[in-house]
Amino acid sequence: MIRRAALGALLVAATIASTACGGGDPGRGGQQEVHVTLRDSRFVPDEFEFEAGTTVTFVVENTDPIAHEFLIGDEEVQRAHEEGTEPHHGAKPGELSIPIGETRRTTYTFEEPGTLLIGCHLPTHYTYGMRGRIIVTE
Amino acid sequence: MRRMTAAPLLAILMIGAIAGPAFACAGLVAPNGTVRLTRTATLAGYHDGIEHYITSFQFQGGGAKFGSIVPLPGVPSKVTRGGRWTLQRLEIETQPPAPAAAEGGNASADSDRAAKELYETEIDGLLITILEGGSRAVGRWAKREGFALTPDAPEVLRFYAQRSKIFMAARFIPEKSDDKQVGDGVPIHLRIPTDNPWVPLRILALGKKDPRSDVNADVYLLTHGEPTLLPEPEPAFNRGLALQVSQQASRDLLRDLRSDRGMKWIPRKMWLSYLRIEINSGKLVYDLSVGTKARGGPYEEEAYGVQNDEQSQESPTGEGAASLLGWIVVPVAGLGALRGIRARSKRRS
Repeated sequence: MIRRAALGALLVAATIASTACGGGDPGRGGQQEVHVTLRDSRFVPDEFEFEAGTTVTFVVENTDPIAHEFLIGDEEVQRAHEEGTEPHHGAKPGELSIPIGETRRTTYTFEEPGTLLIGCHLPTHYTYGMRGRIIVTE
Repeated sequence: MRRMTAAPLLAILMIGAIAGPAFACAGLVAPNGTVRLTRTATLAGYHDGIEHYITSFQFQGGGAKFGSIVPLPGVPSKVTRGGRWTLQRLEIETQPPAPAAAEGGNASADSDRAAKELYETEIDGLLITILEGGSRAVGRWAKREGFALTPDAPEVLRFYAQRSKIFMAARFIPEKSDDKQVGDGVPIHLRIPTDNPWVPLRILALGKKDPRSDVNADVYLLTHGEPTLLPEPEPAFNRGLALQVSQQASRDLLRDLRSDRGMKWIPRKMWLSYLRIEINSGKLVYDLSVGTKARGGPYEEEAYGVQNDEQSQESPTGEGAASLLGWIVVPVAGLGALRGIRARSKRRS
């Protein structure tokens, strides 16, 4: 009985956490933590929406057997990464390299309204479709 | 008698090698390299509980580091150089040269444990490593060895992780390949004890950048009787898999094959099946499971590529729960599946 109650509480907590961290939900400004899974060379979820001024900590979990990147930026930034040769990311906000099976965190503040992209620019990953979109609202 | 057969055969084989050599499966690429899967020829012969898996790896040149990964139905008991012309002889048997134009003929669970290197052997400049491990373990192994897997690899590896944790990695050793020309093939013969023979097909699509690009492959089967196959092939390419020859193997063919290196295991009577695969890589989501009259089957309906609920196959965190099957890259019969087959076999008996 106690076990059932504990399990029920766990499920409720997990549901709340899932809702709070859901990438597709509009942000409310302030601070948020969002969980992103890298699976089959895709971002899950691959679309987010936040209010301008929101500071988001992305917890990015790579469940794939290959390394990936999580790089936030507009089209120009993505193009620069696609053509760039940086072997590792992690120092700048919104930029991560995530080894096989590991989890990394990065915190990024969305200052201005607009649309940003997320991409992985390891060879052929971006063209394969490893990209996402972040909409920053007023 | 054998010599009389062999002399004209070798002449034909030389032509055949120029016209259409056997190619290797692929899967590993160097960071700056690419994988181009063109055509793979494979023989899977099943005799006395042993799957004889024979394929050829083609030298791609010394410029780029290049390797291949092939999923296996089980742990090979032996890996040797394959016969010199077995695959080509099968090609001649099943795809005779087109008639001359003048005759009006038409051309025809993941686990984060490290991958275990079960053993390694070197055959004619080709380094063969038999690996046991899940997708991440194999991914780490490939990285450590200086290779990168293509972005479609995770999904394919999970597909195979549901069946087998055994993989074969094959790489040419540059300093020992100086005498090779691009296109030279090294045939490999694996003897794999298994109750559940199958042939990896989906792996052939790995590394294809465009899902509309074609996968072309030839699969030859030698079994004691007419096999039952999953998926069931059709004469036409309705599903990209066509059974083009299904007949008692000729005495000449079996005699010729038996006279090749390491092929004495072939009995005097066998059934020959020739399957041709021509399919968009995006549609090649299955393997070929083989049942035989002697043992029944194929039992493992899911073996040919029904996508299971991956959530039940792989832990999201990858921490190696023994009950989860999530693991890697290539095909056939996982240990759990084998247990299931054995259990079913027992029930049937």
